[in-house]
Amino acid sequence: MYFLKRLLWLIPLLLVVSFVCFALLRLTPGSPFDRERHPASPEIERQIAAKYHLDEPFWKQYGRFLGDLLHGDFGPSLKYRNHTVNDLIRQGLPVSMSLGLLAFCLALGIGLPLGCYTAMRQGRWGDYVGSLYAILMVCVPVFVLAPLLVMFLAVQWHWFPVALWGSARHAVLPVVALGLFYSGRVAHLMREGMLNIMRAEFIKTARAKGLSETAVFLRHGLRLALLPVVSYAGPMLADLLTGSFVVETIFQIPGLGAAFINGFLNRDYSLVIGLVMLYAVLLVLLNLAVDFAYTLLDPRVKYE
Amino acid sequence: MSSANRDTAIRRWLRFRFKPAWAARRRRARKVAMLSVAWLGLLLTLSGCFQAESPADVVIVNGNEPESLDPQIVTGVSEMRITKALFDGLIRLDPTNAAPVPGLAERWEVSTDGKLYTFYLRSNAVWSTGEPITSADVEWSWFRALDPMTASDYAGQLFGIKNAENWYNGRVTNRAEVGFRALDAHTFQVELNVPLAFFPELCAFPTLAVIPRQTIETYGDRWLHAKPLPTSGAFTLDAWRVNDKVRLRRNPRYWDVANTASEVVDVLPISSPNTALNLYATGAADIVWDKDLVPAELMDVLVERPDFHSFTYLGTYFYRFNVNEPPLNDSRVRRAFALATDKARLISKLTRGIGRPAAHFVPDGVAHYSSPPGLDYDPAAARAALAAAGFPEGKGFPRLSYTFFSASGGANLHGKIAVELQQMWREVLGVDIELRQIERKVFYASQSKLDYQISTSSWIGDYNDANTFLDLFLSASGNNRTGWKNARYDALVAAANAETDQTKRADRFRQAETILIAEEAPIVPLYFYLGYNYYDDQKIGGIWPNILDEHPIQFIYKRPPQRQSTTVAQSASAGTGNPTPRE
Repeated sequence: MYFLKRLLWLIPLLLVVSFVCFALLRLTPGSPFDRERHPASPEIERQIAAKYHLDEPFWKQYGRFLGDLLHGDFGPSLKYRNHTVNDLIRQGLPVSMSLGLLAFCLALGIGLPLGCYTAMRQGRWGDYVGSLYAILMVCVPVFVLAPLLVMFLAVQWHWFPVALWGSARHAVLPVVALGLFYSGRVAHLMREGMLNIMRAEFIKTARAKGLSETAVFLRHGLRLALLPVVSYAGPMLADLLTGSFVVETIFQIPGLGAAFINGFLNRDYSLVIGLVMLYAVLLVLLNLAVDFAYTLLDPRVKYE
Repeated sequence: MSSANRDTAIRRWLRFRFKPAWAARRRRARKVAMLSVAWLGLLLTLSGCFQAESPADVVIVNGNEPESLDPQIVTGVSEMRITKALFDGLIRLDPTNAAPVPGLAERWEVSTDGKLYTFYLRSNAVWSTGEPITSADVEWSWFRALDPMTASDYAGQLFGIKNAENWYNGRVTNRAEVGFRALDAHTFQVELNVPLAFFPELCAFPTLAVIPRQTIETYGDRWLHAKPLPTSGAFTLDAWRVNDKVRLRRNPRYWDVANTASEVVDVLPISSPNTALNLYATGAADIVWDKDLVPAELMDVLVERPDFHSFTYLGTYFYRFNVNEPPLNDSRVRRAFALATDKARLISKLTRGIGRPAAHFVPDGVAHYSSPPGLDYDPAAARAALAAAGFPEGKGFPRLSYTFFSASGGANLHGKIAVELQQMWREVLGVDIELRQIERKVFYASQSKLDYQISTSSWIGDYNDANTFLDLFLSASGNNRTGWKNARYDALVAAANAETDQTKRADRFRQAETILIAEEAPIVPLYFYLGYNYYDDQKIGGIWPNILDEHPIQFIYKRPPQRQSTTVAQSASAGTGNPTPRE
């Protein structure tokens, strides 16, 4: 029932998001058709605005947008004029999703064991080295990490392609860049979660019973220590699935991250709103998944 | 309960309560199997996103992602390069010198007054799907460009044709009154308002290309997604994936297929100069051909390389004054700023050889034209002009702003130029100019509304004629954006446009340009662009430098490792009316 209610809340939420986004875009100075070169006659500019209904009052435009939305149609892209926004999402989403899911798996694959390991080795060399890695990954931005990977692994040593998309080899560097970046945060959260849980009473009881330290960690600590990581993983996955502007630009990946930023810079209203709505839906669904995961991991959590 | 049943129940309970080790192992194995299946599923799903494609013959790094591939919609140089490969016009441009040569029309005649053109279409011109291309297709295509519903930015390219503008604005509704018509299947006639010397070049412009009527009527704005897509040019559209690639495949039915040098060409939309250079350096791309794709910080190194090609280009970088803003409404003040601008210093200090100082507005090398002298750097004259306007040594001069936009890559130059100009004007004129950096779209909107005082600008010519630059500052031009209006200038440009004698025409344009850059100075030219390509001419053939940066894709090919020169000669000289490579 709780989850159904949360799903129903999605409707008013999307309405508010779409309205705010629509209004902000219209209030932003500059229009999709402002450019260095003007058409030869003002009449041409008027006709272009009329074709895309940009000459209509705000409410009429918004109403038209909602009407189209009911049919699952985000309308034509104002920048890529032979494509609809649905086309662009259909082309870009699988790419961003593949990149995002692989990076997500890599981030968890490195971050979770590393977080556990550093917590188990607290105050020892293993902890210092692991924590240094986590701090480095959190501090070094992707726009530094990615070009470094390109410079060494692609340009100098020719192990991987420098950019583009099309084969599994093309995916390696962008996935590593994104995965490493997020793995630092995951490792940090995992370590903190682990250390907090290990101070709990029931852990002391488990130790008192004579269980080995590894068994205490893995059997009793891990499940609850995962909670902060799970909270972070929802929005992180939403971010990754909808594409990273920096990585997609550096590696020339035809995903949604670059489309979103360029869409705004080009004032491609329909594309920006379409992507914002997609992001909102993903974020809500993934937060819902996080809540669900809480009920699995922590028996004390129950939703009415 | 019987004792046997009780024993069975106890055994079951014991089995449930104390599971043997093998059961736990089986459970773990089941979990591992399920996880493996889930991983496999995920990997399979992801692998579906990677499309294996055969490599192209030539890979070209183009500029930004094309806004469209519809020839009547495109506005940018990078997308026009692709549309020209897909859709031919009556005339096309020679790849060696960008001069107009026969395209779909095998020849044309011009009346003695220069106002009536008759084109004769090739009998072997067919769509890539096999149907013949007729004059009716040309007529329909041109009417589509003039249809307000097409929303073509470049519809104005046809306004030199009799009644074309009236048709666009709805003042003429009878098609027969518009000055172009199909006389028969292979004859097409055009009547102009005035004799436009550059009309053949306009016929090679994408807006006037020939496009497939039936497909457009069926699919509307999504016609480029039709399968098969009928094209009139040297290539068909194999794939178009946004921000990924445009794949072109040789059109076997093209009238000049013998000269289409490559079977498959990939055009990559890349906006980052560093990515472009990396792709080229690692051999993933064969050609990089956009001046904005040259990393400015590596220019010093790149210009020394044999695979770096630069050439004169039809573009000028300049700044505008808003002449409605006092004291910029005084031409003496504007002249003072122009005379205080040291263009040579700007080039040597900032652009490191990527441009040539501009003393006038129309770039050198434009056909049948040479510009008059403009205002050279002269600090003494600059100070005198400002003093004459009432601001000796800049005293009492209001604080004005110089507006420019922020941009990525090599375009960060705008900011550096702004800082340098600010310093020059302070040193020479004693005036203090504030710098105002705004986002690109906001910049264009501000410039259109004349919400600026001095602003950065640039212009790339559409065709090789002085008109493509001097038309900008006509009083009624939407591209004027200075508030400057001059009846004498308007009359001179109009007279030049109507003139058929090239000498007289050039003279009138020169008088007009003198008013623009020396007398009234609503703009100050800073430097002329250079065009840049990088490709290894030991490996790539079919590219010739020319002022329009025009390099038709159909002539470009990759040289085989052996027997280089013989293959070149065979591929490019087989057809008629085509250039012979000059390598």
